[in-house]
Amino acid sequence: MTIQEKEKELIAVFETFDDWLDKYNYIIEMGKDLNRIDPKYKTKQNLISGCQSNVWLHAEYRDGKIYFSADSDAVITKGIIHLLTDVLSGHTPDEILSANLDFIDKIGLKEHLSPTRSNGLVSMIKQIKLYALAFKTKYEQKQQDQ
Amino acid sequence: MTKDKINTIDIQEIRNDFPILSQKVYNKPLVYLDNAATTQKPSVVIDRLRSYYERENSNIHRGVHFLSDQATAAHEAARKMIAGFIHAASPAEIVFTRGTTESVNLVAGSFGKKFIGKGDEVLVTQMEHHSNIVPWQMMCEERGAVLRVVPLHPGGELDTDAFENMLNEKTRLVALAHVSNVLGTINPVKALVAKAHDAGAKVLIDGAQAVAHLRVDVADLDCDFYCFSGHKVYSPMGIGVLYGKEEILEQLPPWQGGGEMIKQVSFEKTTYNELPFKFEAGTPNVAGVLGLEAGLNYLQSKGLDEIVEYEDALLTYAAEKLQTIKGIRFFGEAKNKTAVISFLPEGIHPFDVGTIVDKYGVAIRTGHMCAQPLTTFYGVPGFVRLSLAMYNTKDEIDKFTGALAAAIEMLS
Repeated sequence: MTIQEKEKELIAVFETFDDWLDKYNYIIEMGKDLNRIDPKYKTKQNLISGCQSNVWLHAEYRDGKIYFSADSDAVITKGIIHLLTDVLSGHTPDEILSANLDFIDKIGLKEHLSPTRSNGLVSMIKQIKLYALAFKTKYEQKQQDQ
Repeated sequence: MTKDKINTIDIQEIRNDFPILSQKVYNKPLVYLDNAATTQKPSVVIDRLRSYYERENSNIHRGVHFLSDQATAAHEAARKMIAGFIHAASPAEIVFTRGTTESVNLVAGSFGKKFIGKGDEVLVTQMEHHSNIVPWQMMCEERGAVLRVVPLHPGGELDTDAFENMLNEKTRLVALAHVSNVLGTINPVKALVAKAHDAGAKVLIDGAQAVAHLRVDVADLDCDFYCFSGHKVYSPMGIGVLYGKEEILEQLPPWQGGGEMIKQVSFEKTTYNELPFKFEAGTPNVAGVLGLEAGLNYLQSKGLDEIVEYEDALLTYAAEKLQTIKGIRFFGEAKNKTAVISFLPEGIHPFDVGTIVDKYGVAIRTGHMCAQPLTTFYGVPGFVRLSLAMYNTKDEIDKFTGALAAAIEMLS
């Protein structure tokens, strides 16, 4: 599935919810389910500090695709991280770099990406894009060298 | 339920004075319990800003025209009123700033330059707001001085024995909160000031969380500096006060340079204006000053003692209600406290609680609340805090605890 297809699927899921309560219950369940990051990656280096909650993000590059794992100390943040990493994991740096992630807005979670929320998510998305850019540069460099 | 009243004034009447309180958020009545962050403004304050800009606006202290005279007179009358409000000896002791933070920075900058040198010591406490830590830290670093931290008892009271032991002949200044923004603890400021003075140190009190909830009398406290912000006492944002004893302010060099603070300027030498203007560079926030006067008048018109009594009763009610919810850890159980309850539901992150109760229309504060040394002290990621003002009601406390119980249920 492409990033866009995954986004569409999520939007469809959220359209079935009647109110914010259902929506947050779903996010909280996702948060509780999230496969935590391997403890060895829960390092200071991978920590994205927010004023309200912290996020740890790890990225791996395999066969041209990037895989993310992440964690947070707050369960709602963790639920949203789950959505984001699900959508973006397993894609190429180019695909990740061009993703505009407007599904967050469409499923009514835009407030969580406002800088004032300061829950680490805005910085996390920036960090995801930075990883994509770094892997892309490294990969292209390697190809040129060969 | 008996009606909530301050003295004989029905709280509903008071609520009607605050336009914002009738607002709905997410289609639910707003329950505003984040008053320690900022209080809402009564119509008299909003109207004062409006009438200033509609009829009085002009630059002060320098015009020869009618409006400038009027605005200058109003500005200086407000200074006099504010001096009276905190029992300063003279309006010359009232310096207007942008807020508590700027007041602290002014003293750190000016007092630091004049009186603090290498190896000198400044005392702060573990419960301070970042605004009463960082300016001292920056100044100490610059001047080679040492910042020392007075510890707390686990219940959230200052360790006064440690405080006494830490005072010595090198202590130049003590900076401490009148009321803790997280714990609500009311520090025994008067006694601490006396001890600091015995050791030859000056004292700055951060009164940001006190002014709306206590009678502040700087003459009685005998503190050397007292700082507060308008916006935490029903007044506009962007206006604050630095009280300083006249004989100390006289000795201090100006902090910022510019218009208003000068007597004579030449490229060879500039002489400075008298107090308090020496510390007020640039065009002042005249509307803010008049708004602050209106806010303090409003507070006084309701009766400060009666407000204190009402808020104390409401605080007790809120604490009792919260105690009925299982698994809540409370922070700040000082005998003498005001207007604030900080807590954490077991195993639940404060951010999650805040996010859910917000959806019920309840505004509270979560996180480290600009007091990270306190989160470190208690070993928690942050707190959930409800903070009261004179317009809050038992019904709002019930709505809050209802929302909290629902949030805990969802998050457990």
